[in-house]
Amino acid sequence: MKRRALNTVLGVGAPVAVIAAWWIVSAGSTNAFFPPLATIMERFQALWLFDRFASDVLPSLRNLGIGYAIAVVVGVVLGFVIATVPVLRAMFEPALHFIRGIPPVALIPILITLIGFGQEMRVTSIVLAATFPTMISTIDGIRAVDTGLRDVCSVYRLRKHERLLRVYLPAAGPQIAAGMQVSLQIGFIVMIASEMLGSSQGIGAMTLLAQQSFLAADMWAGILLLGFLGFAANILFEAARSRVLAWYIGSKRQERAA
Amino acid sequence: MSTAYAASARAGRTTSNKSLREDTVTQTEPRLRVEHLAKSYGRGDQEKQIIGDLTFSVDKGEVACIVGPSGVGKTTLLKCLAGLHPSTGGAMYIDGKPLDGPPAEMALVFQDYSRSLMPWLTVEKNVRLPLRHMRLPKAEAAERIEDALAAVGLSHAAKQYPWQLSGGMQQRVAIARALAYRPEVLVMDEPFASVDAQTRFELEDLCLSIRDKLDMTIVVVTHDIDEAVYLSDRIVAIGGKPAGVLEVIDVDLPGERDQITTRALPEFAELRSRTLSLIRKAQQ
Repeated sequence: MKRRALNTVLGVGAPVAVIAAWWIVSAGSTNAFFPPLATIMERFQALWLFDRFASDVLPSLRNLGIGYAIAVVVGVVLGFVIATVPVLRAMFEPALHFIRGIPPVALIPILITLIGFGQEMRVTSIVLAATFPTMISTIDGIRAVDTGLRDVCSVYRLRKHERLLRVYLPAAGPQIAAGMQVSLQIGFIVMIASEMLGSSQGIGAMTLLAQQSFLAADMWAGILLLGFLGFAANILFEAARSRVLAWYIGSKRQERAA
Repeated sequence: MSTAYAASARAGRTTSNKSLREDTVTQTEPRLRVEHLAKSYGRGDQEKQIIGDLTFSVDKGEVACIVGPSGVGKTTLLKCLAGLHPSTGGAMYIDGKPLDGPPAEMALVFQDYSRSLMPWLTVEKNVRLPLRHMRLPKAEAAERIEDALAAVGLSHAAKQYPWQLSGGMQQRVAIARALAYRPEVLVMDEPFASVDAQTRFELEDLCLSIRDKLDMTIVVVTHDIDEAVYLSDRIVAIGGKPAGVLEVIDVDLPGERDQITTRALPEFAELRSRTLSLIRKAQQ
């Protein structure tokens, strides 16, 4: 208990210390590229709280939300189908690893040519990029379902849908969640990248525009915002994960204690 | 499925094993019959014959132990019985009905309980899982689960997860799951191999009390000769490469079995050394 309290203090204290140091060191800065943190915070407040929040932040987050949701559903469903149908697995697996090797951001120019600059292009690029990690970890997770559990399914003559939904899906859950976390990070990256290419709206576009206009403080404010959003998204994800996979986290803790 | 528990109505059976065998003699068909079972893996030059020719039968309400040197193919036999692997020769029957695939009348308790229980389900839900597709009335399902958990002494742990329990308790959950399924034949693969000695004795007695209460036919694969003698009405000793039946030993230990007195009987020692020398000989 004491150790946990200490960890909390360290976890909160260290970033606070870094920010304080940044604040102090940058206080008198006249370097155009590294403005004082105080200035950045002023710009942060002016830009994002909440002047541009509705016009630039919300559309970005909406794109991410929609794109990520589609990617997870498509990734899990496709992964499930590919993992459980041997013919499909033989057909698609090598190709999947090839496509996965392409950096997702590289797809954006193609999508711009195909779909244009609109929100659809951004959502599509998020979907395309974020589907793969979830799909591949779903395939791996299903394939790794213990033979012991498979035997139990056979002996007790579980129906096909019971096996899939009540055994394979939860058994693969921890791996699917790991893939979903990577998908979230990639989706976030692609969200920003898709806004930086030929867009005038969104956090990415604002940040790039600030950089191109030599508004260093605005640029830093954009980057700070991205940091906060990424951090918040991850916290939300972890909270959801620890709810859904409470059994997994608990059993791992038990294993370590034993 | 329901006939298995029709027998449970006459719970508290006090007849000795001997008289049980006498009243089953009148039945023409044993509950489980294995005839000339053969199993090989691979094809052509790679073919490896594991089981050559196995024939034995187990009557209703009997406990049979299958013993043999390690690596002889005990688990292979069991996987064939449970329909997990197709046999390559011979036939198996339950009540005269030939088996093809996992039989509905059979439940299997695996050796490795940690790999046979679903860690995301509570004890109760683990026991419920195989019952879902039977579409039982709600009350009956609940009753079966309650009874099964009570039989293994885990009523208090229904809402816990398997990983919160000790190894012996987890194996009892696996047994409860099998009981709630109400099989006619309960097959166990070295079920007590990975629990401590005290728990092992408890689980052995649990196994015997299940047989007495539910009149279930139980087949236990074990490498422990003492356990085989203690539990069995008959011991099927297998050995050789490929494996065949060395001998079927009728175990005629008197009265109710008891961990202390039964194991101290001269007959116990005699059966033990007889079985052991059989297996020793097979190993050479």
